[in-house]
Amino acid sequence: MFDSLSQRLNRVVKNLRGQGRITEENMQDTLREVRMALLEADVALPVVREFIEHIRQRAAGEEVFATLTPGQALIRIVRDELTRIMGEANSALDLRTTPPAVVLMAGLQGSGKTTTAAKLARRLKEQDRKSVLLVSADVYRPAAIEQLAVLGREIGVDVFPSHAGEKPTDIAGAALQHARTQFKDVLIVDTAGRLHVDAQMMEEIRALHAAVNPVETLFVVDSMMGQDAVNTARAFNEALPVTGVIVAKTDGDARGGVALSVRQVIGKPIKFLGVGEKTGALEPFFPDRVASRILGMGDVLGLIEDVEKSVDRDKAMEFADKLRKGKGFDLNDLREQMQQMRKMGGVAALVAKLPGMTELPRQAMEQTGDVQMKKMTAIIDSMTPQERRFPDLVKASRKRRIALGSGTEIQDVNRLLRQFDQMQKMMKKMGKKGGIAGLMRNMKRNPPPGMPF
Amino acid sequence: MFGLEKREQDSSSDVPEKKRGLVRSLREGLRRTRESLLGGLTSLIPGGRPIDSATLDTVEECLLVADVGMEATEAIIGRLRERHRQQRIDDGDALYAALREEMVALLAPVARPLVVPADRRAPFVLLMVGVNGAGKTTTIGKLARQFRAQGLSVVLAAGDTFRAAAVEQLRIWGERLDVPVIAQATGADAASVIYDALAAATARGADVLIADTAGRLHTRENLMEELKKIRRVLGKLDPEAPHETMIVLDATTGQNGLAQAEQFRKAVGVSGIALTKMDGTAKGGIVFAIARRLGIPLRYVGVGEQSDDLRVFDAGEFVDALLDRGAGR
Repeated sequence: MFDSLSQRLNRVVKNLRGQGRITEENMQDTLREVRMALLEADVALPVVREFIEHIRQRAAGEEVFATLTPGQALIRIVRDELTRIMGEANSALDLRTTPPAVVLMAGLQGSGKTTTAAKLARRLKEQDRKSVLLVSADVYRPAAIEQLAVLGREIGVDVFPSHAGEKPTDIAGAALQHARTQFKDVLIVDTAGRLHVDAQMMEEIRALHAAVNPVETLFVVDSMMGQDAVNTARAFNEALPVTGVIVAKTDGDARGGVALSVRQVIGKPIKFLGVGEKTGALEPFFPDRVASRILGMGDVLGLIEDVEKSVDRDKAMEFADKLRKGKGFDLNDLREQMQQMRKMGGVAALVAKLPGMTELPRQAMEQTGDVQMKKMTAIIDSMTPQERRFPDLVKASRKRRIALGSGTEIQDVNRLLRQFDQMQKMMKKMGKKGGIAGLMRNMKRNPPPGMPF
Repeated sequence: MFGLEKREQDSSSDVPEKKRGLVRSLREGLRRTRESLLGGLTSLIPGGRPIDSATLDTVEECLLVADVGMEATEAIIGRLRERHRQQRIDDGDALYAALREEMVALLAPVARPLVVPADRRAPFVLLMVGVNGAGKTTTIGKLARQFRAQGLSVVLAAGDTFRAAAVEQLRIWGERLDVPVIAQATGADAASVIYDALAAATARGADVLIADTAGRLHTRENLMEELKKIRRVLGKLDPEAPHETMIVLDATTGQNGLAQAEQFRKAVGVSGIALTKMDGTAKGGIVFAIARRLGIPLRYVGVGEQSDDLRVFDAGEFVDALLDRGAGR
């Protein structure tokens, strides 16, 4: 998400960086560019207007013109404003109540409520050590109840059985009773998708809300939605005391305007982002980090968290140890590193969080990164343990065998060996020249050719 | 050109009666919130008053709010400005007329209804694709009912083997409509399910096979590869299959819709669009951007939850519904 907005804003920002002076005139141009970028990113028109107005005012004040680097100052203002409209700080779920705490999911058809309900259940269970009960009150869409039941089994969370013939309020009431007697911490109620203009259905969800009295009423919205997103959000917020928003399907190339607009329009915080199809793909929303990411400043904090979450600490220590001793970096280690990388969502996911990387075209990133990494892993997998430890063994006939075994070409095998050789040299240097810092300095001067990342 | 399209459409199975209905449902949907696309303009441009550049700016914003997108909006507004300069638009009514004309001109070339040819020997294969939650399975249900009503025999293929209970959802549709559903378990290879389904449909001498697929974001390369495989495998049984690859597009989608259409077309050669969920307050303006950039035929518009709420797309009626000026011209 945000890639294309990010690219456009970066172009604007880049133009500014070079400018020693900001005149009334190029300010005007810049703001027009920013306005276009936001509109193309599906940010709601009223929000765009206000955004531009704020920037104009702050920029016109002493803030920009008085500084030595007005371009930088303006970028800071844009960043601040982006953060502000998205709600300053992360807002977590607030489940403080006499258990069971009830969470009600609401949204349009196809926004991603059921999947999100399962993701949330998994997160509460695994990270917050809560005992969770799921229930589906969607008696309309064929097999919606079955869908939640399957997801519940998958993540090991109990699902209260319901049937299409029952009344949603009855289902929710019975589930709440069950959650009480079973001493569940949290009950998540999934509901049918409904149009905000469907009076009858909106009445139903109001009744549902009254029946279970949730501490969190979460509005689930598709990140690909256009200008109508704010109308929908407003209508749901008026019908229900919405406490937070979850933006789903942000793993595509959606422009992310919803994320920028919804907080401003209904005044409720975005709590999570859905970032993939798997049940683990739910991330807390940090406005400041997202703002930095949009402006190509990277989300280093998020990157660190990703790494901590998925890297095997012991293996990493072992590897670091190996490096420090300056020996024994072999193909097994390379393979291990690549696997860790894949666990974190691949090169593309990591690179997206690095500063200045948003300008890389998506296609190029995918090609250099994940595809090639997969190929390299396949090649290493086709080697014998002996070959992995002593790559020098691999000569012509072995190369042929490895290429055949991994479904690649001999050239690919050669490339891997060459790259590995260079890496090994680098590792040795690192051992000598003051560790990572030295290596980074070195890389800046002449980046290693053909590194996959 | 527009007239020509119109004639073509009339000669097809489409009846004028139905089109009237489309306007009505679309307008009803839009009126529910009293927020038609240019609703705000009525107060801004009272009939006879002369218009200026600021009025055109307002029109521009209205188009942007309808998700028409920068490129298509600029094209439309550019033409209006041109006409304004040439003194051919001098009051609000003329502006409406000109705007309508420009908008219809963008959509008319893509308003080409889906026709299942009568003289076919093998089943007509309809492959449905789209992102998650666009409404593929529901649209399939509606299409199946319509084909049945036209006296065609239908077979459904449960090609969404990924999402939990998707197979079940299609099966329920099959039961409701009394249409056979060819399915395997969740997790099965989608291409093989659909291949089997085509074999079964051929054996039964069915007229139409509608293949469901799992919703996928168009940026997921491996999933797009899976779609390509489905196409390849279908081609083994019938080199011409699928005869229609239809992308299901949620009308609430913003500018991302263009990327969706573009990527799906690149991967599997989309030949038609079904625009769903037009019964909310969304305007579906993204179809203008898609029509302008890609020119993919627009087949259907979904305006409600009932199965006959899937209407054949008509450019004039669609624009009228957006402008809320009715068909009485």
